[in-house]
Amino acid sequence: MKQYVLQRFLQMIVILFGTSFIIFFLFAMLPGDYIDSNISLTPQRAQELKALYGLDQPVLQRYFKWLGNALHGDFGYSLKHQENVLSLLNKYVWNSFFVAILALFLTWSIALVSGVISAIKQYSWFDGFVTFFVFAAMSFPSFFISLLFIKWFGVDLQILPIGGMIDTGSDSTGLAHLLEVGKHMILPVTILTLLSIGSLTRYFRTGMLEVIRQDYIRTARAKGLKERVVIFKHALKNAILPAITLLAFELPGLFSGAIIMEQIFNWPGVGRIQLESVSFRDYPVLMAFTMFLSCLTIIGNFLADVTYAAVDPRIRLK
Amino acid sequence: MDTPNPIVNKQVKTVVKSPSIWKQTFRRLKKNKLAMISLFFLLFMFLLSFIGPYFSPYILDRTNVANMNQPPSAAHWLGTDNYGRDVLTRLMMAGQISLTIGIAAMVLSVMIGSLLGAISGFYRGVVDMVIMRIADILMSIPGLPLLLILAAILSEWKVPAEYRLYIIMIMLSFVGWPGLARLVRGQILSLKEQPFMQATEVLGLSDRRKILHHLIPNTVPLLLVVATLNVAGSILSESALSFLGLGVVPPTPSWGNMMDAANNFMDFRKRPWLWIPPGTAIFLTVVSINLLGDGLRDALDPKMRR
Repeated sequence: MKQYVLQRFLQMIVILFGTSFIIFFLFAMLPGDYIDSNISLTPQRAQELKALYGLDQPVLQRYFKWLGNALHGDFGYSLKHQENVLSLLNKYVWNSFFVAILALFLTWSIALVSGVISAIKQYSWFDGFVTFFVFAAMSFPSFFISLLFIKWFGVDLQILPIGGMIDTGSDSTGLAHLLEVGKHMILPVTILTLLSIGSLTRYFRTGMLEVIRQDYIRTARAKGLKERVVIFKHALKNAILPAITLLAFELPGLFSGAIIMEQIFNWPGVGRIQLESVSFRDYPVLMAFTMFLSCLTIIGNFLADVTYAAVDPRIRLK
Repeated sequence: MDTPNPIVNKQVKTVVKSPSIWKQTFRRLKKNKLAMISLFFLLFMFLLSFIGPYFSPYILDRTNVANMNQPPSAAHWLGTDNYGRDVLTRLMMAGQISLTIGIAAMVLSVMIGSLLGAISGFYRGVVDMVIMRIADILMSIPGLPLLLILAAILSEWKVPAEYRLYIIMIMLSFVGWPGLARLVRGQILSLKEQPFMQATEVLGLSDRRKILHHLIPNTVPLLLVVATLNVAGSILSESALSFLGLGVVPPTPSWGNMMDAANNFMDFRKRPWLWIPPGTAIFLTVVSINLLGDGLRDALDPKMRR
């Protein structure tokens, strides 16, 4: 086990380096930068600024300098917001995080329940409905469903706000503030849940179907156990175990999936900052955020593998 | 009662050159009602996009100021846009672009992915390690942010609008190949242990022939399913990028950039015929592709059918 963990850890370090390298070089390939695109600067002033931000040095040198700083938690200065990148992201990341974590919770609970029920009652009307719903959820373009929801609930029915985190000009505090934010969160959370629920439900359904055909389930039934015990104690545990590996991808997936949703709902989260940085060529922010998502994925993946190896000895003996 | 694994079956059959697995597959697919409906819908979508414009009385990009922002009517089934262009005609032309990009991106990713995956699984060792680590690295950067960066680079290079769609295809395949490579590699690893590969060894075939003529053809059933689903993913990514103004840019229409109309609050509220049809087109096409891919999976591997 120790050897397995060590091996996976070293592999993770290699991938982390590789990823940062690729991300940095992609950005270095860009011909223009924030200073070039600012036409109000004189050539001399532009040169000064480039020297200040280190943009006039060769790429490899810049990479190591960036990496060194990044390891100290210094991702540079946002060129647009004139603020430390880390503190800028820190300011917005929580808004995204709350929506993401709520969506994650909803997705997993609904997917687990509906996946398992539709597997137990295979070919029932419920199963048919779930299957239909799964395909629809997997195929909706995120921006289209967001817009449709805004149109239905925000514009036509006018029961939910069309965007933002608080009402315009609102300065409510305490419980009123919480309720207001909650109301604005309903649509974003619903959308994120809808977007990620399809594949997970399908995954649980397939896993459960596979497990209930195993011999040990037949044995459990033959022993005369109640169906409830067979399903929840014997089958469910084995069916959801492989899902641990998926959990690792979920959080970074939700953050990146939220980019378009945040843009449409005007939600003050990191995804919107990311898109804004794309149009303003604010590279330090773009790099830091992309690196942040990749790190989340890589570390999550590592943790998933290790946890999985811990609970399933077959993996580490391979 | 153990039904023979169709993949194993296929290997035997390829050697004796019999096409019957495809007939069997198609026969099974025909019984899947949803998959057949999807197939017909996709055919309809193709005909509409590629032949439909010839039947349209309106010329693409012909602006008509007197006829701006008309709601749907007998003359303009889906109304007209801010420049007085017929929305239905643009929708059909956009379909050409979006479908072509989806399919071309898939073909490119399948070519790169299956070749690199096969080489990786066949030679193992250092080659395998390098290719798989690159795949790991690319897969650990989430798709949309990676596409956003690539799109930003693309805009900085000031690529002319008419070439952009080719670069979008390349971008999408750049993001799509690692998953395919990993899948093909896994298949090759198990295929390599099969007796027919020992036979190729005995016959003294070259590595190139072993890979291209014996290994990759045996991964086709699986590739077919994944490639189908890959088209759906590519269409979704392209539409998202174009919606954000980072993909196909006007005047070239694509389903994604037609939906850009919804970014204007007046158009969004008052003129739903500008953005609901392209969104619905994306949704229905992607659903059909997903259902077809799923049907194919069942048809190719009846043992897995649930």
